[in-house]
Amino acid sequence: MNMIEAINSAMDVMLERDPNTVVMGEDVGFFGGVFRATAGLQKKHGKTRVFDTPINECGIIGVAVGMGAYGLRPVPEIQFADYIYPGLDQLVSEAARLRYRSANDFICPMTVRTPFGGGIFGGQTHSQSPESIMTHICGVKTVIPSNPYDAKGLLVAAIEDNDPVVFLEPKRIYNGPFSGYYDRPVEPWSKHDASAVPEGYYRIDLGKAATVREGEALTILAYGTMVHVTKTIVEEMGIDAEILDLRTLLPLDIDAIEASVKKTGRCLIIHEATRTSGFGAELAALVQERCFYHLEAPVERVTGFDTPYPHSLEWAYFPGPVRIATALTKILKD
Amino acid sequence: MPETPQRPARNLPPLSLHIPEPRYRPGDTPDFGDIEVPAVDATPRPGEATKPDAMRELCYGLVRVLDFDGQAKGQWDPRLSPERLRAMLRNMMLTRAFDDRMFRAQRQGKTSFYMKCTGEEATSVASTMAIDRTDMVFPSYRQQGILITRDYPLIQMMNQIYSNRGDHLLGRQLPIMYSAPEHGFFSVSGNLATQYPQAVGWAMASASKGDSRIATVWCGEGSSAEGDFHSALTFATVYNAPVIFNVVNNQWAISSFSGFAGSERTTFAARAVGYGIAGLRVDGNDPLAVYAATQWAADRARTNNGPTLIEHFTYRSEGHSTSDDPSAYRAADEATAWPLGDPIARLKQHLIVLGEWDEARHEAQAKELDDLVKMTQKQSEKLGILGHGMHQPFETMFEDVFEDMPWHLKEQCAQMLAEQEAKFGPDWKPE
Repeated sequence: MNMIEAINSAMDVMLERDPNTVVMGEDVGFFGGVFRATAGLQKKHGKTRVFDTPINECGIIGVAVGMGAYGLRPVPEIQFADYIYPGLDQLVSEAARLRYRSANDFICPMTVRTPFGGGIFGGQTHSQSPESIMTHICGVKTVIPSNPYDAKGLLVAAIEDNDPVVFLEPKRIYNGPFSGYYDRPVEPWSKHDASAVPEGYYRIDLGKAATVREGEALTILAYGTMVHVTKTIVEEMGIDAEILDLRTLLPLDIDAIEASVKKTGRCLIIHEATRTSGFGAELAALVQERCFYHLEAPVERVTGFDTPYPHSLEWAYFPGPVRIATALTKILKD
Repeated sequence: MPETPQRPARNLPPLSLHIPEPRYRPGDTPDFGDIEVPAVDATPRPGEATKPDAMRELCYGLVRVLDFDGQAKGQWDPRLSPERLRAMLRNMMLTRAFDDRMFRAQRQGKTSFYMKCTGEEATSVASTMAIDRTDMVFPSYRQQGILITRDYPLIQMMNQIYSNRGDHLLGRQLPIMYSAPEHGFFSVSGNLATQYPQAVGWAMASASKGDSRIATVWCGEGSSAEGDFHSALTFATVYNAPVIFNVVNNQWAISSFSGFAGSERTTFAARAVGYGIAGLRVDGNDPLAVYAATQWAADRARTNNGPTLIEHFTYRSEGHSTSDDPSAYRAADEATAWPLGDPIARLKQHLIVLGEWDEARHEAQAKELDDLVKMTQKQSEKLGILGHGMHQPFETMFEDVFEDMPWHLKEQCAQMLAEQEAKFGPDWKPE
């Protein structure tokens, strides 16, 4: 399975297992979604379980809050993460706060799925990475898978979770991992271990990072598309790096981060989102708070730039091979 | 700084920008003579299954039942029994007594904030009596009459207002932002009109599950300008959701008059027209009209005939909240000049006309309710008032952010507990 199929399979399994699960969003029904993530689900599970919505993100998320309060488990799709902003108040002020403000009277077990990130010539409104906004909301969990196996297991866990979850899907790697070299063809997921996705139910608990590669020279913290870009560069440069795929940003697997950085003494953080107040800033602060006396070099960040995502200059914006190699050289020189 | 663009020298009249202005300001003598108040039997009552496009006139008229002599007339008369009418009157009087007492408590410094619904009691009380006890209500912040009508314990309302140790919401919410799932009362949000899409979602869920329960939801005329309002109406019409939208047009959104929500051009009920939703404009100070309209809309929703938008045309007799001074922005005697009277006085008069009530009983009931509220207040204050220390265990601050507490909240909780121990010593307990 590629990542789209794995995500589809997770929803299929949950629609089958739990009659309260509903899938909703623009074009998700008959057509199966613009990325085909919901293909076939309406035909199989019926129109009241999988249905199209108006082009109205405030309505999609707000309606899902009400459905969650009723006792359903809505899985709304926002077609691109860039469109989540019109629905953000329902997420920030309502979904995230409902349990707290009502002292557990009402809960909002929804999973907002949305493709995010660049690398597809989407311009500034189809390429953003809003994960740091999500992690800044108290009461929302943020999950970002990097391969088909994780995508299914994490999405199942997200749907089963009794709190609102934002499930950010790195769309650049829907079909296969991305090397970071935009002119190289993408190798489909079928050529990778992570394409072995079980048909049935399994889950990966939220809050657990995965060690993509063990190493001694430094720790690299990454998630989503950047896991694969990072891996390519590290292997090309022949660096003995340990790469952690964070998988969930909130709750964050601080134990894995701390153990790895204490082992290697160096930490590089890589994300595609803009730099200022990005999630890398939070990671860097945590690492220096917990591992300062183990650090051999300053914590470095490789990120996107603080500009809107450009269309034609996309690959100059993207934190690709050159930027990563430069940072690796710098952090390893002492 | 860029230069302001200059108007090109063309032979065209200059455009002008309209900024709405209420007709009366402090010092003016209000005159509402131009407000059209149709006769009580002037508005026909269509069948509950009538298509929205056949009932547009109802969005511009005014559903009325009680005339100003206290007679119930016309097709909308819900023909309630005297017992039911007396229960309605009692709920409205209790709501007013509660409001008066809590307003005073805020002025005495016992809590931070309060919001009265004086003059609007019919909109919540009569509306609630017209739906089933199991229907879910998504209130805004001026619907205390719903809880009172559903017999929610007054002491729990007061405990919430005082944020005391009996507060079911653990002191987390601003006073009056109640939550009572067992009474079909959704948690009140501080943001406006956010509950409109949520009510639609709840109603859609009920319909998709083959349930028989419907949802009602509330906002003021001011917040009908919010995007959430329009999102909700779109979803409701698309899915034919069994929901009743209530817009309480009390003429004022803090200091902005209804013109800033668009009332100079059309009615709020007429918002329904563009969505293909049934709309009713109702005399919000006429409890029987509110009851009848809500019952009509509930029957419509329950028989899969879809959503209804009800505009309750009323007047906010008091300030927006205890933090507001309406004398700074509106004419002093607007409330008394309001042509639709007071809902409690009108229902009382109706019962007297029916021979089912009299001044002595009314006075006795007012005293009884006032005593009940006073006694309850004393009990509640034994559990503490806001400002007399902290009433909840400190660690509750970190609970319920998530179902299970993640590590970072556990760490922050430990930090806060250490701070409090340094301040108060290890033996501190909530007051």
